[in-house]
Amino acid sequence: MFDLTGKTALVTGATGGIGGAIAQALHAQGATVAISGTRREVLDSFAAKLGERVHVLPCNLSSKDDVEALVPAAEAAMGQVDILIANAGITRDNLFVQLRDEDWDDVIAVNLTATFRLARAATKLMMRKRFGRIIAITSIVGVTGNPGQGNYTASKAGIIGLIKTLGAEYAKRGVTANCIAPGFIKTPMTDALNDKQRESILAKVPAARLGTPEDIAAAAVYLASNEAAYVTGQTIHVNGGMAMI
Amino acid sequence: MSEIGERVKKIVVEHLGVEPEKVVDSASFIDDLGADSLDTVELVMAFEEEFGCEIPDDAAETILTVGDATKFLEKNAKS
Repeated sequence: MFDLTGKTALVTGATGGIGGAIAQALHAQGATVAISGTRREVLDSFAAKLGERVHVLPCNLSSKDDVEALVPAAEAAMGQVDILIANAGITRDNLFVQLRDEDWDDVIAVNLTATFRLARAATKLMMRKRFGRIIAITSIVGVTGNPGQGNYTASKAGIIGLIKTLGAEYAKRGVTANCIAPGFIKTPMTDALNDKQRESILAKVPAARLGTPEDIAAAAVYLASNEAAYVTGQTIHVNGGMAMI
Repeated sequence: MSEIGERVKKIVVEHLGVEPEKVVDSASFIDDLGADSLDTVELVMAFEEEFGCEIPDDAAETILTVGDATKFLEKNAKS
């Protein structure tokens, strides 16, 4: 089950906690992976840790040119892109009335517009091969909302809509598109929380722990597999029961 | 039929899974050959690949029949 031998995957945000765990899990299932991120040295040392079947493709997702070059670069390196993990994301939190235009624009550009451009380029390759897996990492707050994150929640909700349309348009071509919506996961992003914030979050999680990047990676491995061929347009919530949707 | 016409016909037969005898110059991809809008996008992509040329969106919109495709490619094919 869930064997990915011979498959090729492009993972954005691979230097982050969740992206790194996903790249590692896909690789462990036999996939060739292209890891992307902004920090070249971190990517290089990650690649060294993974060993074979790894390509390093630095990319700044706030640059349109970088984004448009990424899928062709992954295709050139691996021969095809069977699996796209659109994981990279940024936050620029502020109360809604204080949210600056540039905070809105930056978050929408990296989280939503780059996801659109990458998915568009990857889908073109995938439909030709009659196989593809688009997996976008959204967030529980894209569905529930969250104070201080008007821009981030809008970008994540936008991804869910985009993925549903992709799923509907390309299902007949063997291309599926799904989202994974993490709840609170232990990453550098959530390490920034203080103890009080952490406690109040945990009080809302029936599983009574923060999730791990590996919890998310397991869902990605499933969605990427041949076994998930009949699952498309869905959002898989991996949140310890924090929200049951 | 021209050499390009034959290659066009072959691509159409393969992509749409239709009988070769139905693929005549006057056949409309959508009305006669059962293509949907996504099939027509795929056909254009396949033509671009086969003939090594780019088919801009506004040109693609005017390619409605097998004959339209052949005519366009006879002018623009690079390979």
